[in-house]
Amino acid sequence: MHIVVCIKQVPDSAHIRVHPVTNTIMRQGVPAIINPYDLFAIEAALRLKDQLGGRVTVMSMGPTQAEPALRKAISLGCDEAILVTDRIFAGADTLATSYVLASAIRTLDKEMPVGLVFTGKQTIDGDTAQVGPGIAKRLDMQLLTYVSRIVEVDPAQRRIVVERRAEGGVQVLETAMPALITMLEGSNEIRFASTPGMFRAARATIRHWDRNAAGIEDIKLVGLKGSPTIVSRVFGPAARAEKAKPIPFDPADPDSCANNLLERLLNEMPKVRKELEQRRSDTQ
Amino acid sequence: MSEKFDVIVVGAGPAGNAAAYTLAKAGINVLQIERGEYPGSKNVQGAILYADALERLIPDFRDSAPLERHIIEQRMWVLDEDSYIGGHYRSAEFARPPHNRYTIIRARFDKWFSDQVQKAGALLLCETTVKALLRDVQGKVIGVEVDREDGRIYADAVILADGANSLVATRAGLRQDIRAETAALAVKEVIFLPKETVDARFNLSGQEGAVIEMLGSISQGMVGTGFLYTNKDSISIGIGCMLSDLKRQHLAPVELLERMKAHPAIAPLIAGGEPREYAAHLIPEGGYDALPQLYGEGWMLVGDSAGFVNAVHREGSNLAMTSGQMAAETLIELLREKRPATAANLARYRARLDASFVMKDLKKYRRLPETLDRQRQFINDYPALLNQAAHTMLRVDGMDKRHKEKEIFNAFRERRSLLGLLGDAYHLWRATR
Repeated sequence: MHIVVCIKQVPDSAHIRVHPVTNTIMRQGVPAIINPYDLFAIEAALRLKDQLGGRVTVMSMGPTQAEPALRKAISLGCDEAILVTDRIFAGADTLATSYVLASAIRTLDKEMPVGLVFTGKQTIDGDTAQVGPGIAKRLDMQLLTYVSRIVEVDPAQRRIVVERRAEGGVQVLETAMPALITMLEGSNEIRFASTPGMFRAARATIRHWDRNAAGIEDIKLVGLKGSPTIVSRVFGPAARAEKAKPIPFDPADPDSCANNLLERLLNEMPKVRKELEQRRSDTQ
Repeated sequence: MSEKFDVIVVGAGPAGNAAAYTLAKAGINVLQIERGEYPGSKNVQGAILYADALERLIPDFRDSAPLERHIIEQRMWVLDEDSYIGGHYRSAEFARPPHNRYTIIRARFDKWFSDQVQKAGALLLCETTVKALLRDVQGKVIGVEVDREDGRIYADAVILADGANSLVATRAGLRQDIRAETAALAVKEVIFLPKETVDARFNLSGQEGAVIEMLGSISQGMVGTGFLYTNKDSISIGIGCMLSDLKRQHLAPVELLERMKAHPAIAPLIAGGEPREYAAHLIPEGGYDALPQLYGEGWMLVGDSAGFVNAVHREGSNLAMTSGQMAAETLIELLREKRPATAANLARYRARLDASFVMKDLKKYRRLPETLDRQRQFINDYPALLNQAAHTMLRVDGMDKRHKEKEIFNAFRERRSLLGLLGDAYHLWRATR
């Protein structure tokens, strides 16, 4: 079975900074990593390959700087990597991105039919969780989001059973392949690349697909032009003006400290105080 | 199944990159192994890049290397609690290309350097740690073992460029563990300021930069120095002291840096800036007498792992690059002559080093670490005396100048005695001749 994993290179959120004036993310000098949720997508795909054999192709749309992310995927065990890259793809929102990736997957499907597509549940820089579903819709694939476990895959019958985290519980879903699965974090332990894997990644040739190679039919649907999303304003949370008020603490008398704290909290919340007093008088 | 290379270079800092670059350029099959996420991700330096050593490797490096500012002014400050006395050297000559030295940001610079190494044909594995050296029955190093599955990788020779701690060489028993007496711990901050502010505060324009090297009260009686370097839109400020001193005084390096930043001569230079990066690193400052054995059967030490740091002139990365290049050239020569990398043959590496500025400079200052450690007056007394002398001389208060001179001389004599002064002059001359 041929599995495709779509990944994104994102700035490491542990090192990210927001520009104080423009409120945009400052990417300069911030290390780039594979979107952490995508690692679970890669892992799920590789486990299926370990189990059933077949081929895993990892794909990303982005600038050439995204190559290290794809190499890392190869080091973990993906067979091949495709970087869908073209200047006209720049400035894409989720609609345009899913159009480009869907086109590329459709092109890849002609080389070797694709049974499953994996993505992470969302990226940590956009947080939209829209690209995966967008691809599935465009390719007319079954869509399984927030998947926590692949229970069973039957390539012959083209059936797949997964567990999906839903509000209030876990759903067990069965559907037909081809399907697109967005993986939940923590679904599997991420493997550590072996030495031969590292060598394979270091020597791998990453295929670069431009608009023609990716089979883009309508260039009006890609990049900034193909992106109806308009970011009208970006703002950070306003800093609070009030300062923290220290409460004196005497280790010999923690009770008075607690009472002091409670008193101050209730002063801030007259409604709660009233309710408490009401209840106290009710019980008495 | 195992991979085999002509040479394995452990580490992708200046020394490792210089070695791997030289080897790859000569068509040698070289593998470089780096522990960090990418080259430069773990590296810490002030940082000043001296053009000379890099120029000998990559003559046109200025066209593509990420350089911050070229230095046109060098300041040397001797500080007391609320004053400093010093000298500034600024030259229009330094402003004319080709420039002699630059400030750099190592995370960016190392990445660039590594790109050149890979373009030259070396293979690089990142996020991979060398756990041990592989040896044959005679004890010759024949490869490394890394921290990943199927981790044995073979080579005819291994160059260890794994930095100040050199965990690989130390674990393999090729050198001793780093000692507190021969290592400095330096801490630094990168403080962001708009380019115009940096320009205005240091009287700079365009890509011009200024640096300040400092000693005196800022090291709180310990053997150490401070620095302040201008980057494009930030300032790198830091201080390093001998580890043994820090241990003795129970001082946290961060406290040292905070106090230094509050000095009345320094605070205005960094005022309003946003500290965005804090880093600390060991610097091998033991000098010539602390050098370990530099080569053996199938292995060589280069850069910080060999202890190649000239603490007096704040040089290290240039010694690293030069030693890396020399180790590589030694191997290239041996491979061409079809001779094995035995200790006897690798002695040529040492000969190359001895003939170069690397060993000559280290020898020149070989007595300095010991002198500074024992003769604390250079740190505890002279900075204050010099500042007081300037203060006495420059204060106009009705006292005649001859009287002032006498007062200054008396202050020196009281603190150090006549014999002491002579002795100090001798010590200093001997330690730096």
